Amino acid sequence: MNAPAYNFAYLDEQTKRMIRRAILKAIAIPGYQVPFASREMPMPYGWGTGGVQVTAAILGPQDVLKVIDQGSDDTTNAISIRKFFAKTAGVATTTATEDATVIQTRHRIPETSLHANQVLVYQVPIPEPLRFLEPRETETRRMHALAEYGLMHVKLYEDIARFGHIATAYAYPVKVNARYVMDPSPTPKFDNPKMDNCPALQLFGAGREKRIYAIPPYTQVVSLDFEDHPFEPYRFNAPCALCAAENSYLDEIVTDDKGGRMFVCSDTDYCEGRQAAGHHGSLSAAPYKEKAQEAPNG
Amino acid sequence: MADQDMLENDEPLLVAKSLSKSYGRIAACRDVSFALYPGEVLAIVGESGSGKSTLLQLLSGQLAASGGQVSYRMRDGVARDLATLGEAERRFLFRTDWGFVHQDPAQGLRMAVSAGANVGERLMAVGWNHYGRIRDTASDWLTRVEIDIARIDDAPRTYSGGMRQRLQIARNLVTEPRLVFMDEPTGGLDVSVQARLLDLVRSLVAELHLAVIIVTHDLAVARLLSHRVMVMKGGRVIETGLTDQVLDDPREPYTQLLVSSILPP
Repeated sequence: MNAPAYNFAYLDEQTKRMIRRAILKAIAIPGYQVPFASREMPMPYGWGTGGVQVTAAILGPQDVLKVIDQGSDDTTNAISIRKFFAKTAGVATTTATEDATVIQTRHRIPETSLHANQVLVYQVPIPEPLRFLEPRETETRRMHALAEYGLMHVKLYEDIARFGHIATAYAYPVKVNARYVMDPSPTPKFDNPKMDNCPALQLFGAGREKRIYAIPPYTQVVSLDFEDHPFEPYRFNAPCALCAAENSYLDEIVTDDKGGRMFVCSDTDYCEGRQAAGHHGSLSAAPYKEKAQEAPNG
Repeated sequence: MADQDMLENDEPLLVAKSLSKSYGRIAACRDVSFALYPGEVLAIVGESGSGKSTLLQLLSGQLAASGGQVSYRMRDGVARDLATLGEAERRFLFRTDWGFVHQDPAQGLRMAVSAGANVGERLMAVGWNHYGRIRDTASDWLTRVEIDIARIDDAPRTYSGGMRQRLQIARNLVTEPRLVFMDEPTGGLDVSVQARLLDLVRSLVAELHLAVIIVTHDLAVARLLSHRVMVMKGGRVIETGLTDQVLDDPREPYTQLLVSSILPP
């Protein structure tokens, strides 16, 4: 414990109680957006203020925290949030998905399957799935209350009419527990099937929009679609250039200004784990490292 | 079968009983009663501020009445008081058994989504989940309202005023409603476009056996479309009767004034 200047996990106890009440309500009504009195956090909106507040409210001294940003453990956002809680709560942090009890994420679900003692906390920019079709908040709330979700299919219809297939690639709308339509935050639709019947608790926090929603463990989550245009998770068809994984979500990395690019796992922990286990992709540095180590002997 | 049809047609679809609405001291609508039968077209005419639009909103359940009641015979044949319907029921009625054609198509259409999706929205709202079938039905309806199918994927903001109004009609009729409310459907259109639209509405009404309540200040529209006319002034119905009777042989001085104020062709 090296942070006596702060209350545990930064927020004061009353605020954490308020957020916990919102979380409990959200868990009781899967997919329903619960309003809460979002606080100013020492970071700008859009950097995960909602997720940070949810994490602060559920974190205990024994927890092990992992933070990922677009799947990566080592980008600015992930590192600074991890440091923030290491400083204000003194909790242990990790990059290994299996070891973590609380995982705060921006825009990805880890490749490694989650287990029952974990909580996945999403950072959400826009919680309302109907927002771009119906700008009035009063109207969207009424539509949720009456389960009037025809409009959501209008969006998918437009996609097919324009592109010949459902072109929505992220923030793909889902129906939770056969009742509420929910925005899964801007995760790629590749991750949608992972939300269904997931053993871990999934919490969503939107700081600027002041909403919390949740998917309790083992809850049915269905991606919306048409009978003749079923939901299909999208993945670029190539193995990871570093670990040769065939089933992970890939980032495209531009390597020069001549059109060169490589595709690598967006989940860095998963990719590193596979490389350590001896899987090597076409652009992996591992063979060269081995050679360099062998050189003095040979 | 014929007997049953007769029986069904014998009962009114919508009944208004001494309907009134006041905003503070201003009575926008006073003691309006009438019955509308299936397949009947009723025109409500009168000058601006006579309470026509308020009455239309009362009848369609968008506004709560200060007094009186509106009852509607649902598809199961039971007449229900609109005020006792829950919000979910009322909204369901609105997107299945009713249609509402606004004067300004921007109010009735989603201007940023394609024509096909505009027509298909009601179908998707009642649970249609097959893209191909929704699209086929939408193109079928676009043909019926004389819109080129090649424009099915264009947004209505690229349409002309007349096309927008026809699209709005298609969007409303796709769920085969029994009652359509129209608020000045020809307002703001030029005369030749008006004529074409009226012609279309008249043939659709006959073909689908629609009941229509149409609010207009244009007596020519009333004459062309409606079977019956109600003349309103100062929130009251001052004269009512068969269209040709009221327009050719008006009794009330105000109606006489209205009729005589039309320029002779």
